Amino acid sequence: MKEKTIVQGFANNLDARNRKGVIWHVIFQASTVVGILALIALMLNVINSAFGYVAYEARVDPDSLAVDGTALEEQSKEQLVALLQSTLSSGAYNKLDNEKPFVDRSREEVFQLVVERIIRPQVVEVWNLWPSLTQPDEIRATVTKDHPETELDFVSWLTYDFVTRPQTSEPFTAGVRTAILGSLWTILFTILLAFPIGVGAAIYLEEYASDNWLNRIIQTNINNLAGVPSIVYGILGLAIFVRTLEPLTSGEVFGLVDPTTANGRTVLSAGLTLGLLVLPIIIINAQEAIRAVPRSLRNASFGVGATKWQTVWSHVLPNALPGILTGTILAVSRAIGETAPLVVVGASTAISFDPDSPFSKFTTLPIQIYQWTSRPQDEFQSLAAASILVLLVLLLSLNASAVLLRNRFSRRF
Amino acid sequence: MAEITLKNAEKKASTFNLRRKPRLGETIIQGLLFFSGFFSIFVTLGIVYELGKEALLFFQMPEVNILATITTTEWKPHVGKFGIWPLLTSTLITTLIAMAIAIPLGMSVAVFLSEYATPRVRTTLKPILEVLAGIPTIVYGYFALTFMTPILREIFGRDVVQIYNTGSAGLVMGILILPLITSMTEDALSAVPRSLREAAYGMGATKLEVALQIVVPAALSGIAAAIIVGISRAIGETMIVAVAAGAGPNFTFSPFVGAETITGHIVRISGGDLSYDSIDYNSIFALGLFLFFVTLALNIISQAIVRRFREVYE
Repeated sequence: MKEKTIVQGFANNLDARNRKGVIWHVIFQASTVVGILALIALMLNVINSAFGYVAYEARVDPDSLAVDGTALEEQSKEQLVALLQSTLSSGAYNKLDNEKPFVDRSREEVFQLVVERIIRPQVVEVWNLWPSLTQPDEIRATVTKDHPETELDFVSWLTYDFVTRPQTSEPFTAGVRTAILGSLWTILFTILLAFPIGVGAAIYLEEYASDNWLNRIIQTNINNLAGVPSIVYGILGLAIFVRTLEPLTSGEVFGLVDPTTANGRTVLSAGLTLGLLVLPIIIINAQEAIRAVPRSLRNASFGVGATKWQTVWSHVLPNALPGILTGTILAVSRAIGETAPLVVVGASTAISFDPDSPFSKFTTLPIQIYQWTSRPQDEFQSLAAASILVLLVLLLSLNASAVLLRNRFSRRF
Repeated sequence: MAEITLKNAEKKASTFNLRRKPRLGETIIQGLLFFSGFFSIFVTLGIVYELGKEALLFFQMPEVNILATITTTEWKPHVGKFGIWPLLTSTLITTLIAMAIAIPLGMSVAVFLSEYATPRVRTTLKPILEVLAGIPTIVYGYFALTFMTPILREIFGRDVVQIYNTGSAGLVMGILILPLITSMTEDALSAVPRSLREAAYGMGATKLEVALQIVVPAALSGIAAAIIVGISRAIGETMIVAVAAGAGPNFTFSPFVGAETITGHIVRISGGDLSYDSIDYNSIFALGLFLFFVTLALNIISQAIVRRFREVYE
C-alpha cells in the first residue's frame, strides 16, 4: 500500500520533471547556437565591410592624362615619371626622389604615386556588401542625385594588389605588404627566443627536475605567467628591450645606426617581447607532448646503456616532436594576432618602407587593423575589414597546418 | 692457457666500470636546460622589478599622492590629477557585463556538450568554439565597434548610447571569454566519473537532474576556477576596450557612455611616442603593476580552489 503511493507520487510529478528537462535542454542547445551565431555574425560583419559600392571623385580625370592616345594605365614607367615631374612642384618631386630614387622604383610604385599625387581619388561615400547587393538601384539613384560628379564602382577592398602594396595614407592605394612583412620579421625573433628556451624548459621540467621546492616554484610560475595579461608583457618589453637594451635592439652596438638617433622601437624588440609572451604557452604544450611519450621507451634506452641526454635526444624528442611543433604553431598564431603589447612597445603608425633588418621600425598586421579601425571614415573601416580577412586567412592556414601535423605524425602508444 | 683467460676476464672487468662517469657534455646540456627552466623566473622577477621601479618613481612624483590616487575620482594626467576610480569603474563595468554573458552561456554550452550532445555533435561543435577562441582580440574590437555598437544604438536610441561605450565592449568581451569558460567547465564536467551518473539514473533521475544536481555540484571546483580565470582574462583584455570603449577616463557606471579602462588607458597613452621618465610613462608602469598583481592573485586563487576542493574519484 505504502509502496503504491510512492510510485504514484513518482508518477505524479514525472510529467513536470520531464517538461522541465525539455525546457532546459532547449536552453542549453540555444546557448550553443548563440555561440555559433556570434562566430557567424563576426565573419559576416567583416565580409560585409570588405566589399561593396564606393562613390568617389578624382581631382584630375585620368582620361585627360593620356599621352598620344596611350591611356594612363598603359604608359611606361618613364612616361609616368615624366608626368610626375611636370605636374608636381620640383620640391615635392625631389623629396620623393630622395626617399627612394625613381630609378629604383618599379613601374607599379610609380603608377601608385601618380594615383596618389595627381589623380587623387576622394571617397565620397561607401556602402557595405549587403546594401550593395540588395538595393543597387537606390544607391545609383542617390549618387546621381546627390553627387552627380562622382564615379560609382563596386569595389573589393581585398585584392591581390592590396596584399602586395606597401602602406600609404590613401585608401585606394593602401596595402598591407609592409604590415605582413613586419609580422613575419617579428615572429621570426619570437620563435628564435621562445622555441629553444621553451622546449629546453619543458625537457628540464619533465625529464631532469626532481620534485623539490625550486622546481615546484618554476612550474607554478610558468602556469601563472600564462595568465598574465599581454599588455603587461608590452610594458616589460618597453622597459627592458626598448629602453634598457636600446644599444642592442637598435643595432647601435653593431655600428649600424648613429647613437644619437638610436631607437629601440624595432622589429627585434617587438619579436623578443612576443617571445616572452608565448614562452609559457610553448613550455606547457611541450611538457604535455613530452609527458605523452611512454616510460617504456626511456627504460629501453637506459637498458642498452644510453645516457640521459642520449635518451632524451634520440628517443623522447623525436616522439614528442609533432606535439611540440603543434603547440608551437598554436603559440605563434597567438603571437601573430597580438596587438596590445606591440602598441606599448612602440609600433610605428606610418611607415611605407618594408622592414629589411632586425633593427627596422615596424608595423604589423594587427597594428594596421587597429590604426584603420580607429579612423572614423567608412573607407578605412573597409580597409580594416580587408586586412582582418588577410590576418584570418594567415591564422587559419597556420592552424590547419598544426592540425595536419598532429594527424599525420602523432603516434599512439 | 687457463691463466690467460682468467687474466683477460679480469682486464675486462676493470674496463667495465659500473661507477657513473663524469661526462662534461651531459653536464653542460643539463646546465643549459636548467637555465631554460629557470628563465621564466627571470621573466617574473623582471616584471616585478621593472614595473615596481617605475611605479615607485611614479608615486614619488610631486603631483602624485597615494591617498589621492585611491580616493579621488578624476584621472587627468595633464592637470596632475591621478584618481584611479574612473579607470577602475570602467574596468569593473566591462568585466561585469562580459561575465554576465560568458558565465551563463559558457556553462550552458559546457553542460550541453558534456551531458547532452552525441559524440558526433561534440566533435563538430568543439572545433567551432576553438575557432572563436583563436580569433585575435583586435578583430573582436572591430566587431564591437562596427556591429555591436550600431545594434545597441538601434535598440536604446542614438541619443542614449554613445558611439564609444563600455556596454558593447563588455558584450563582445563576453563572447571572447565564452569559449574559455566552456572548455574549462567541460573539462571539469567530463572528469566526473560515469558511475555517479549511472547511480543517479538508477534512482530514476531525469537527464536534467543528473546534469544539474549530480554532475555540476561534483565539478564545482573546476567551474569556480573557470569563472575566476575568465574574470582575470576580462580585466586584462585590452584591444576590445581600446577600440570600442572610448578614449578618456570617465567616472560613470552607465554602460552607454564612453569610458576608459586601465588597459585601454595604457594603450592610448603609449600609442604616441612616449618620452622616458615623463609622468605618463611612469603611470603606465604603476597601472601595469596593478594589473599584474590583480590577475596574478585571481590565477593563484583559481589554482588553490582546484587543489583544495577537487573531488578525487577512484
